[in-house]
Parts: sequence; structure tokens; C-alpha cells
Amino acid sequence: MKTYEEINEKIASKKAVVLTAAEIIDYVEEKGIEKAAKEVDVVTTATFGPMCSSGCFINFGHSQPKIRITEAWIDDVLAYSGIAAVDLYMGATQLRHNDPANLDYPGEFKFGGGHVIEKLIRGEELQLFALSYGTDEYPLKEIRTRFTIDDLNQATMVNPRNCYQNYNVAINTSNKTIYTYLGKLKPNMGNMTYSSAGQLSPLLNDPLYQTIGVGTSVWLAGAKGHVYSEGTQHTSAVERTENDVPAEGAGTLALTGNMKEMNADFVRGVSFKGYGVSLALGVGIPIPVLNEEILLKTTIRDRDIRAQVIDYSLDYPMKTGKVLSTVNYEELKSGNVNILGKDVETASLSSYEKAINIAEILKSEIRDGSFTLNKPYMPLPPNQSMKSMKVSEK
Amino acid sequence: METKKLLLTFNKKVVEKPIVYHLVKDFDLIINLYRASITAEEEGFMVLDITGPAVKIEEGINFIVSEGVQIDDAQKAFRWDESICTSCGNCLTHCPVDALHIKDRNTMKVEFDQDLCIDCMGCIPNCPFGACGSIFQDK
Repeated sequence: MKTYEEINEKIASKKAVVLTAAEIIDYVEEKGIEKAAKEVDVVTTATFGPMCSSGCFINFGHSQPKIRITEAWIDDVLAYSGIAAVDLYMGATQLRHNDPANLDYPGEFKFGGGHVIEKLIRGEELQLFALSYGTDEYPLKEIRTRFTIDDLNQATMVNPRNCYQNYNVAINTSNKTIYTYLGKLKPNMGNMTYSSAGQLSPLLNDPLYQTIGVGTSVWLAGAKGHVYSEGTQHTSAVERTENDVPAEGAGTLALTGNMKEMNADFVRGVSFKGYGVSLALGVGIPIPVLNEEILLKTTIRDRDIRAQVIDYSLDYPMKTGKVLSTVNYEELKSGNVNILGKDVETASLSSYEKAINIAEILKSEIRDGSFTLNKPYMPLPPNQSMKSMKVSEK
Repeated sequence: METKKLLLTFNKKVVEKPIVYHLVKDFDLIINLYRASITAEEEGFMVLDITGPAVKIEEGINFIVSEGVQIDDAQKAFRWDESICTSCGNCLTHCPVDALHIKDRNTMKVEFDQDLCIDCMGCIPNCPFGACGSIFQDK
């Protein structure tokens, strides 16, 4: 019905009709799918939440004399240096050197890789401390220097796994408190936590990956980034409800973008007591309304998306595969859900408020012609299952 | 009868004064203590409600000041920084009095009501972004 080229032409002439994935629900209900699909060009989706599989490649340029870095710390957080001379990779979940971690259980994990990444984007000064064994052409063996993102040649976010299509809900059936990446879980099902933007979430609005693929342009914390690959653990062959929405984790995206264009409001270091550090990230993805079917998928509502409730005191860590119950996102967002006969308070680790904010920003960027769409040059793998780790006998 | 919520700050010279005893005994005030941390050699803090007739409360407050204890609005004890909060909502199930709450389930914005806060500090370790803090923790 519409092509990427036609939509991009409308965007370029600032005439594109854009609605958020929250707004499109009532719009289609009012206008009908046929009329709405003719009128609307793009639906914006978004999410903001902790995404552990995030990090960045940075390049410092050469010192005089030169160093081939073999060990490096930025603000005392270890960076991976097993690549070229002055390239480093900083991962979101890396702890600060000498962090006691869970020796003093539950650990506080006040600062780590995610916080370094946030500081970089804020334009704050950081310290590099690097060592080397020294070579003939790279003689320097040690360097300590202060820098900001402006001093770097490149600062490129490269996230192997973002935007999980759906995510399980954590609960604790044991009689003691546990600390997880989904927060502190009180004993005896005292609370339950989730992490998804629900009806705004990118891959829940394109459940069969009809428009989001390798090459799709994404709004990555304010930068114009793109999907560079299927995300790690991308699992498309999963149980789905009749609207094609996965009942469990399913699809993931690998994203990249230029950190020099990012806004620190959407890149935030996080500390999870007893678990560790990570990075909360804001992502917006435009869905082109190529036909009625694609539009219809974007009208998904919170009440039509179900998530699995998993016991993080036993079934999650032991990988038993047991699902206690399922709930929908309307129930989760209400603040209280009845699970196995007990009223349980719910809380979220992702921010729906920030997701709306991002969907609105992306909407205005597309409307004013500054954000155009990319046609993916490769679809995400459609029928892929996920392996468990092979654990060999000794 | 009325109730006032106060933050008392004891400097090193006055940490050993039995302020609460006198408020009860001499001024017939009802004390509800939320949190106190007063140790010799350090500055001390106390967050409390005092309940009684307005005139008694005023006399009690004058007594506290005369003893060299600083009085502030109790809201200074706990800090919720809206600019740091992302409205993820992880704090909500750790706030027993719904001082941190979501009014509008459409926007899911987290809001904070100072008057309801009882300084339990349950939210502080449960904010991944560090938006919550307290003088009792920071000192």
C-alpha cells in the first residue's frame, strides 16, 4: 500500500502523519483500519529500561610516545583492551575495581560501567589509567590522563542485546528476601516486578518483525542509530498468542549509535542492590505503516500482552522452566495483581513515562523531517530457537 | 490539638540533652519518633511528630531552641530528587505509606507526597538511579 520511499518523501516534505503506539489504539478504533492505514504513515514505539547487554567502543587517538594498551580502567572500571592500540570497550555491567560486590551481602554496587557511560555522555571528565608491556613501536608502558567525550575520536555505543520483545515477571515464593536484576523481591510473594513498555514496546508492536530488521533506523538515546544485527539470544520460534505476541522473551535487537549525539537523560547508570550495575537506556523505533496488517499489529493493548510470572527464588536460577502464572500488562500497571489467590503489589524496572516521552520525541522528529526511515536490508531470523549452554563432562 | 513534624539537629555540644523527656514531662506533648541518630562526638538528627494544644507546641519548640537544638522542617530529612527519578516505579512496593505513588496509571509518573513520608528509608536502597536519600544515611 505504501513504500518506504513514499513515506520518506512525506517525511522530507514535513507532511508525514505520525502517531505514537499509545495514540494509534484509539485512532484506529475511531477511524477504522482501512481509513487509518491510508492516513497514518508512521507509528512510533519506545522503551526505557535496564539493558545489561550494552556498552561502547571508544578511541582515544595516540599518545606521544605511543602505547598499545593491554589493561585499562576508566574511573577505576575495567575496560576491555584486547583490540587495537587505543581502542577500548566499556561494558555496562562491569564493576569498579575493588568493589566488594556481594562479599558484604547484599552489595551496593554504587558505580560501574553503566555509570561511566552516563558520565561520558554528560560530558563529564573521566580518568583513564592504562598499562602495557611495551613494544618497539609502542614503547609507553603506563599512562594516566583525564578526558571527556570531546577528546575522543569515536564513542560508539554497541549493544549486543536490547529491546527484549517481552520479559518475564519476577516473584519470590521462598521465605527469605532475594536481590535480583528485577529489584528486591520480598519473601512469600510480597511483591512482583516487571520490565517492559507493554503496548509501547517496539517489538510488541511488530511481533513478526515485518518492519524491524537489520538496518532499521532507531532513536537510540537521542542519536540516530540502527539495528546492526539480530540481538543475542534472539528467539523467534516461541509460543505466541493469537495476535502473534510472544508469551515469553523472544526477539531481541543489537543496536548501535554515536554517543556524541546522545542525551544523558536517556542513558543512565543503575545500581541494583545485591545484583550489580547496569545501564538503563531509551530506545525509540518507528514503524512504517506499509499496509493494514502492519498497522493493525501496532494497535496492541496492554491487556492483550501476557507475561510469564517466574519464581526467582528457585525456578529462574535453577532453570526449571516452570511458569507460576501469566498476567497481562494492564494488570501489572494497575499496581496489584492476584497471583495464586494472593493480592501482590507490582512494580516496574522500566519506565513507561520515559517511553511515552521518547515516542513523543521521535514523533516530532519524524514530523519535522529530521528523522527518516531505513528499509531493513535483512530480516531478523524468523524461526530461530535458543540453545542452552552445552556443559561438557569433565 | 495539632501535630507538627520536625527535624531536630543536635550539634556536638548538645547531643546528650534529654530533649524528648522534657517535651513529654514539662509540656505534656505526645511524641511520635520516626527516626533518630544521636551519638556522642557526632552531629545528631531526630525526626518526630509532636502533638498537643498549639500553645504547648509553641512552648515546646521554644524550649528546644533554648537548649541549643536546631529546628527545621522535617521535609529536609528525606530527599527525593525529581530530576534524577525516571518514574520506573521500583520504589513503590517498598514504600509502606504510599508517599511514593502513581496517581495517573496512563502516564505512570511517580510522585512523592512529603506529608505521608515516615522516613523509613525503604525506598533508598531500592532506587536503581539514586533519586532517594536521607541525612540519616548521608552522614
